[in-house]
Parts: sequence; structure tokens; C-alpha cells
Amino acid sequence: MIDRVLDSRQFDSFDWRFVAVGCAILAVGVLSIYSVTYAQPGGGLPLYVKQLIWILIGGAAFAIMLLFDYHQISRVSYTLYVIVLALLVVVLITGKTSRGAQRWIPVGPFAFQPSEFAKLVLILVLASYYARAPREGWMQRVVLPGLIMMPGLLLILKQPDLGSGLSFLAIYAAMLLVVGVRSKALGIILLFSLMLFPFAWEMMWGSLHDYQRQRIMTFVDPAYDPGGKGYQALQSRIAIGSGELVGKGLYGGTQSQLKFLPEGHTDFVFAVFAEEWGFLGVLVLLALFVGLIILSLEIAYTAKDMLGALLAAGIIAMICFCVVVNIGMTAGMFPIVGIPLPLMSYGGSATVTTMAALGLLLNIKRRRLTLFY
Amino acid sequence: MSERDIPGDELRELQRRLTILKIGLLLVVGLLALRLWHLQIREGPYYRDLSQSNLTRSVVLEPARGLIYDRNGVLLANNVSSFSLYVTLEDVQDHEALVQKLMTLVGLDESRLRKKLSERASKLIPRKIKDRLTLREAAQVESHRLDLPGVMIQAESQRNFPTGRTASHGIGYVGEVSADQLEQADYADLHQGSIVGQYGVEVTYDRFLRGRAGQKLIEADALGHEKRTVSVEKPRAGDDLYLTIDLRLQKLAEELLGDEAGAIVALDPKTGEVLALASRPAFDPNVLSRELTPKQWEEFVQHEGRPLTNRATQGQYPPGSIFKIAMAAAALETKTVEPSTQIRCAGGYQFGRRFYRDWKAGGHGLMNVTQALVHSCDVFFYTAGQRMGIDTIASYAKLFGLGSPTGIELPSERVGIVPSPDWKEKARGEQWLPGETISASIGQGYVTVTPIQMASLTATVANNGVPVRPRLVRAVMDRATGRVLELPSVPLSRLSVKPDTLAIIRSALAGVVTEGTATRAKSSLVSIAGKTGTAQIAALRPGPEKDIPKKLRDHAWFVSYAPVEAPRIAVVILVEHMGHGGSAAAPLAKQMIEAFVKLTPYEPRVVQSGSEAGPILTALQAQETHD
Repeated sequence: MIDRVLDSRQFDSFDWRFVAVGCAILAVGVLSIYSVTYAQPGGGLPLYVKQLIWILIGGAAFAIMLLFDYHQISRVSYTLYVIVLALLVVVLITGKTSRGAQRWIPVGPFAFQPSEFAKLVLILVLASYYARAPREGWMQRVVLPGLIMMPGLLLILKQPDLGSGLSFLAIYAAMLLVVGVRSKALGIILLFSLMLFPFAWEMMWGSLHDYQRQRIMTFVDPAYDPGGKGYQALQSRIAIGSGELVGKGLYGGTQSQLKFLPEGHTDFVFAVFAEEWGFLGVLVLLALFVGLIILSLEIAYTAKDMLGALLAAGIIAMICFCVVVNIGMTAGMFPIVGIPLPLMSYGGSATVTTMAALGLLLNIKRRRLTLFY
Repeated sequence: MSERDIPGDELRELQRRLTILKIGLLLVVGLLALRLWHLQIREGPYYRDLSQSNLTRSVVLEPARGLIYDRNGVLLANNVSSFSLYVTLEDVQDHEALVQKLMTLVGLDESRLRKKLSERASKLIPRKIKDRLTLREAAQVESHRLDLPGVMIQAESQRNFPTGRTASHGIGYVGEVSADQLEQADYADLHQGSIVGQYGVEVTYDRFLRGRAGQKLIEADALGHEKRTVSVEKPRAGDDLYLTIDLRLQKLAEELLGDEAGAIVALDPKTGEVLALASRPAFDPNVLSRELTPKQWEEFVQHEGRPLTNRATQGQYPPGSIFKIAMAAAALETKTVEPSTQIRCAGGYQFGRRFYRDWKAGGHGLMNVTQALVHSCDVFFYTAGQRMGIDTIASYAKLFGLGSPTGIELPSERVGIVPSPDWKEKARGEQWLPGETISASIGQGYVTVTPIQMASLTATVANNGVPVRPRLVRAVMDRATGRVLELPSVPLSRLSVKPDTLAIIRSALAGVVTEGTATRAKSSLVSIAGKTGTAQIAALRPGPEKDIPKKLRDHAWFVSYAPVEAPRIAVVILVEHMGHGGSAAAPLAKQMIEAFVKLTPYEPRVVQSGSEAGPILTALQAQETHD
């Protein structure tokens, strides 16, 4: 049943372009982290070395996801989802608190963030669901998957982690769209979301932490600026803008070196990059991301079955959403919600999750030529 | 409808939708690129002006540390404003000229100045070069500011300890956060140069005291001097602490020790509140909170009197005869002796080939356990110890808290040694010798304890076998809300020692003062119970005490509590190299207790001790065993 044999066709289908683009983005990320943290004092492992360790672990996750047939992986998806939900409960009880949110489970010298893994597991669960279910009627197409997503979403919002919560919703929405919400159903959803929006907004606003409200208010009204916190948004814009055409060069980013950007190595790594490499660097980076996503879409397009195509679509949605929202927020187009830039921001859980997702994508491509069994 | 039943069609439908997704994505990325083009190309020069010309500097605004008061609200630690000198390397053109200029204007050590300037940190962030500038120095620098590009004077608050050396071991001192500390999670929100506690409650309660730093964004001119404040995030001062210490008793304790090395601990046996915690020699926290040169540090660390050691919590001494309290409990509990059992003391105890002497040359005659405690008869406890064996002795010593930290909120508390064959095997790789059991029976040999452990033991006996954790902080006042958070006392579970046993020990301890070895502690004001101890530090005694060099003389111990009927204070005295506890330590305890009684006249407690507390405690204990 299991195609353990790696025949030559499978090797041919190992996409080196895909791997090269991914590695290039990873390298740019490490370089930016190195640049922003090299002058910061303090002993221990420098952050860029830690990030390299994460990338090694991510490489292992990539290889593991490549090794097993994705059908096998999808078979344990519900089990994985239950484990992730349990971890999300654990994080609420015993997790490490940072900046008013409880997101991390400390393990030795590191801490991991279950909400990151939860995104990939959600993709697995929803893809398995749609690939198997008869998909008749809006109940089975929309409501049931929504109910599957709900516990994870609520646990994440409880932390509160607005960024991961929005990613969850984006994954769900993207899967709905590709599986084919019939136009009537789509209309109903749109209508309902419009009607529910004021209530949802009220609920969300009430559940937000002060710093989150502040971030949103800063977006809506730049003059709203208690305690100078809104400077994060302005400083990010200054960093990007002052990079101009060719940038200030490595370590030349005065904005990031000045620590005007408190999250220069994590959420605002794009601003650091844009300041140091300018618009030309930004175009190259955007081209890399677009390349990665086009190659991924190709994989989705040529997938041999629904499960493969759905998995690919979910992963693409996850990566696209993070890239667009992260760059958008650093460039002052969206409010600041804590979403890391895939493959570039410092962070173990996010890096490992994204690399595992890429491994899964390549897995789908590898097996498109094998026969059904 | 029917077409959806064929999987292939559905897959094709999905692929069609993927194409739409692709177009949508390219559109969005195009929008992003457009926005970035707008920011970087169209508005680029504007943002460059804002950043590249280095117009703005961020200056950390250090918070004022929380204040520390004694239990009656007397100020023990506050902040005074002073000036600090910062240098922003980015704005310094001539390094050498700056060094020379600063050397002439400000009292600075040249090598340290160079080291500070070459430290690995951002050139754009002002680095602190010197704090506590004199007004004159600050004025000098300000008047030469045109010759000193990149130099900035900032008014900051500095830690100040108005009482000086008083209570310095409990309060502690502050200093720049170390590289090791910055690695810890507790210090994650700090940066190089932040001031944190480094000793005493200053470090254990640093989280409360430290406050939160603010930030000021300034627009600087070409010389790096402030032109305009862009934005200010105000620092938030730390929370205030109210200690359990009573400054009046603390001062008395320190006066009583005078120039002698030693420690005095006074606490409330019911609550564990430490009323006085003195350790001599002491240090001046005002000096240590300044930046010291390595040489000054060396002087402190290598000082013969070891002023940086808190003798109350870190000094480890043989308990001498104080150990007999635990021994008596062990002997009675294990029924090695009955309350009426008498043992003859003829001035010594023959074991094998060695003769273990009693401190009283002619012996005490027939003694029961009460009399043996009152007169501190060694032979009685040699015999009892020999009968029980070292492992039983060790388990009872541990029961009374020896060998473990008391949990007082001070860093690096030491725990002493409860010797046993296992311990000796592990620590020294040697076998236990039978004779060592006999030495241990009177608290000599390998046994060591800290004064705070003895205070805890005394409080436990005074408190009817219920230990409490000694504590130094009574309440924390939250700066943000102004609310005072009273910290509750931490009662521990009652020792598994019969009330009868403790009653016998308590009556014996009262006898020690009325008719035994500590008659010098007898007071006309209040009834006192206690036990003397003499910690031998040299095994052999070649001649009369006055001929022995001082550093080889014995340490004097006295543990006590008062009033005997309803104890309100427990006092432990340890004076190094002062000989007998009865003569050197007991009178000091009497003075402490009398002062306490005069300062705090008896007020009836809401919950009466004795009968009413009894059932509650028993109920609590029953609950614990059920858990």
C-alpha cells in the first residue's frame, strides 16, 4: 500500500527551483536578523545562530514531511488536531507570558508556540475533511468545517494572539473558496458577515488587550498616540522609506540599530531589510516570495487528487496571508497585528511550521505521478 | 449537481478557482510593491531626512526605584537626584580629544573611561559613562558643551540609604545589571546599564522595586545635543516595600554587637516577622551602590572581617549546646529517656580509649532531661546520643529545620551541615567514626547551623511546635494603584513532636534563665527562656581562655524567647570568639528583649494564642493529612 520505493520519477519531481527559492528567503532572513542584533550586548548564543538552529530543525521537519505519503499524514490529522488543542489548553494554564499574552510553552532554554503548529494542523484537518466528506449542502460545506475550526480559534484568541487567530480565519476562508462555495451560499456568507460585522467588531474590541486596541487605533487615527507607542508604526515607515532605491547597506539601518523598531528581528524584520537594501532589494524579495507561491500554485494545480490540491491550497493561503499582512503592516497599510514574515522573522515555531508546510507541498508534487493504490 | 459527483470534474473546478487565486495574489503583491515604491522612492527623501541625518536619538529614562521603609514607616532606602554623563559615539568626531577633555573636567579613571567607550554596543545609543557627578562637574561639562560633541548630562535618581550601615545586610545594595543577570528571564525587560538590586531585599524584591523604564525621543543638533523633545514615554517608579524590621531594635542589636563580629536575629515566633537582623561587620550600601573600581571591590571581598557575608543567614557555626534542644526532643520522642530517667554525670564519659569531658570539671551528679538542659550537662546528652545513634539524631535535627534553608527572602542563604554516615561518605569519602556521634550529641564536630536557622528553631519551640517561615517584607505598596498589599505569613505544618515533649523543653529553657547557665539573662521586666551554647572552633584547649589568640576562641551563642507564658519575641545572639554563651551572649539577649517589651507593650491578640488557636491549628493539620 505504501510506496516506500523512491523511483527515478520521484527524484525527477524533487523541485530544486522550489528549494532554492525557499533557501534564498531563509538566507535573507538570517542576514537581517544578524544585522539588527549584532550590536546588541548580552552573552549567550546570538539570535542569528539560534535562528540557524531553528532552520536546521525546520530542515528535519521538511524532510519528515517529504518522507511519508501525505495520505498517511492526513489519516492522523484529527489526532494531531486533538494534540494541538491540548497544547493550546496547556499554554493557557502554564504558558509563559510575554507582552500581556500567554503564547509560549517553555522547553529547556527555548519556548515554543503551539498556535504556529496549529495553523498547519488546521490545514491538514480541513483538507482531510473536504477530501472525504460528500460536500453536499451548506451545512457540510461551511458550518461543519467552521465548527471544527472553532475550538482552536477560540483558544488562540484567548491567549490572546490576534495574528494567529486571523491566520486561522484566513485558512478557513481560503479552503471554503477553493472547494467551491456555490455562488448562492457565497452570497449568504457575505451578507451575514456584513450584518454580523458590528457585533463581531464589538466582541473583538472588548476582548482585545490595551496594546492591541492601541495598535488598531494608531492605524485608524495616527494622531492617537498615548505614551508614544504609535511610534512603532511611524518608525517602521521611516525605516522602509529611508531605504530609498538602494538602501543603506548591511548594518547601515539607523532605524533598526537605534532600537526604534522594538521587534526588528521578529515581526518587523521586513522593515530592517527594506531599510538596508532599498526598493531594489524589496523587489528582489517580493519576486522570491511570488516565485515561491507560483511554484506552490503549480503544485496545487497538478496535484493528482482532491486531498493534495486542498492541502496545497491551504498552505498557499497560510503563507500568502502572512506575507501580505506582515509586509502590509510594516508598510503602514494594515494595523499592527503580530504576524511574523514566513521564513524571515526570528522564531522557532513559525520557522519550523513553515518549513514543514513546504515539505508537505513538495510531497504532494512528488506523488502526483504515482498511481492510486 | 450531477457533475459534482465525478471527482475529476470537481478537481478541475478547483483548479479553475486556483487560477483566480493566483490572479488575486499577483494583484495584492502588486499593490504592496506600489505602496513600497511610494514609501521608498516618492517619499524616500522625506523619510531619509527623518532618519539618515541622525536627527533623532532615543534616551532611556531610568525609573526611580521603590522606597523601602521599616515596619513603622521609617525610611530605609530612597532616591536622590544626581547627574549622569552619557556619550553618544556616533556624534564624537575626535575620540582622543574627548578622552582628554573629560579627564580634565570630570574625576574619571582613564582606563575605565576607555573601556566604557570601547564596549560593544550601538554607536547611536547614548552610553552611561559616569553617574553621581558632583554639581560642579555637571556644571563644568555643561559649560563646555560646544567642545564636547556627543556628550550629554542627564538628571537621574540614585539610590540612597539614609541609615548607612544599619540593617545593610537585610536591605542590601544596588548596582548595574550584570551580563549574567541579563540572561535571566526576570531581567529580560532591562538593558545594559540598568540599576538593579544586588544584595538583600533589594535583589529578592527587585521585580517590585525596579519600576519600568521610559523612553525619550529627542531631536539632536549636529553636535548630538538635544534640540527638541519629540516624544516622551514616562518611566514608572517601582513599588515601595515595608519591611518587618523595627529600626529601633535593629539599631540596638547593632550597638550591642559593637565592634565584635557576630549576628543577632529577633523575630516574632507567631508570624515569622523578623524584627531585627544584624550582622557585623557591616558595609555601607551607599558606597557599594556606586560603581567601584576593581581594586575597591577586592578590598571589600578580601576584607578580613568579611563584611559582605550576612552572618545571620550565611554564617555557619557549630551550634554547641543549643543543639541539646533538638537532642532532648529526640531522646524524649524516641523514648530513649523518660522525663524522669536519671543519668549520673561524673564529669565525663568514657568511650573506647577516649574520655569525653563535661564542661563542669567535677560533674553534675544525677540529672534528668530537664536538669540536663538547665545546667547544659554534656554527659547526659553523650549517653542519650550514644543510645539513639547518629541517624536518629540527624533525623530530629532535620525535623527542626537544620540542614535546610529557612526560606527567608534573602539571596544565597546557607544551610549548614547535619552530619550522618551518609553525609560523611559523600562529602569526605570517609567512614563515620563512633566517637563522632558523641561530639555531634552536644552540637560540636561536624554540625553547623546558621543563626537564622536557630531563630527559626527557637520560634518553633516557643510557638508550640508550629514553625513559621522567617520573613523580612511585610507589605508592598503598588505605585500604580496606591494599594498596599499585605504579604501573609507562611505557617508551615506542625512538627510531629508531642506537645508534652515540647512542654518539658520549654520549662527547662525557662529554668536555664532562672537557675541554670544563663542567669545573666534574668530580667525584672519580663520572664525569659533560653539556652546557652558555646561553639568550639579549636579542638584542644592548651590553657586559660585569655591566653588563647582571639581568632581561636570559641563562639558564644544564646537563643531565647519571651515572655515565657505567651512568647512574642525570639532572639538569637551569636558573637564570634567571645567565649561562653552564658557570659557573652545571654546579657545581650536580655537587653534586646527588655527593649522590645518597652517599645511594644502587650496588646491582646484578636485570636488568643493558646486554647483558641489550638483547635484551629489542629483542624488545619487534620486537613493537611487528608490532602
